[in-house]
Amino acid sequence: MADKKLAIIATKGTLDWAYPPFILASTASALGYQTCIFFTFYGLQLIKKRLTLKVSPLGNPGMPMPMGMDKWFPVIGTAIPGMESMMTGMMKQKIKAKGVASIEELRDLCIEADVRLVGCQMTIDLFDMKREDLIDNIELGGAATFFEFAGDADVTLFI
Amino acid sequence: MAEFDQELDARGLNCPLPILRAKKALNDLSSGQVLRIIATDPGSVKDFDAFAQQTGNQLLESTEADGEFQFLLRKG
Repeated sequence: MADKKLAIIATKGTLDWAYPPFILASTASALGYQTCIFFTFYGLQLIKKRLTLKVSPLGNPGMPMPMGMDKWFPVIGTAIPGMESMMTGMMKQKIKAKGVASIEELRDLCIEADVRLVGCQMTIDLFDMKREDLIDNIELGGAATFFEFAGDADVTLFI
Repeated sequence: MAEFDQELDARGLNCPLPILRAKKALNDLSSGQVLRIIATDPGSVKDFDAFAQQTGNQLLESTEADGEFQFLLRKG
């Protein structure tokens, strides 16, 4: 049986949204899929050498908050300086306490499993990002590079 | 106690780590050998079943005792 193929486009650059691409890609590899993730726009944050991913309660009514704050805390309060860092710290604690892998760990597992990681050249240029700020185990490419892989993929996800 | 060739302690690990660690452990086994996995993630019950079905490894046993799940996987 030829390997199945999974193509993912990762467009989000927050801690919470960093999970789906790396969880699905690493698991698909374990199941024998050939897997490729194309990182574009804010998704490029996920392939930086130094990850500074955050989670924000701002404009995120679905985010559970301590003491039921998501129910009664005024939305405008979520814009208070320091709120983002505080929520990110709490989320990271919870991730650790529940035995959920860190993004660094999942990313390493993807690299180990030969998941193809492609950074979008156009958005790297657009955001004036430097190649050396991104991890070594990636290639750079554009939309055509994505379709070269995704063209005959069995599963394609836009995240 | 069922026989196995290697054991993987996946206690305290959450999705997808038990599966990923199991896959890694299976790589070191030869066909027909059995891997025993102990996990605490309730989601792993369905996941190991799905993993076995998709990878050609055989799930010989899936049991629960005292909040811990035991899986026996025979490498295909």
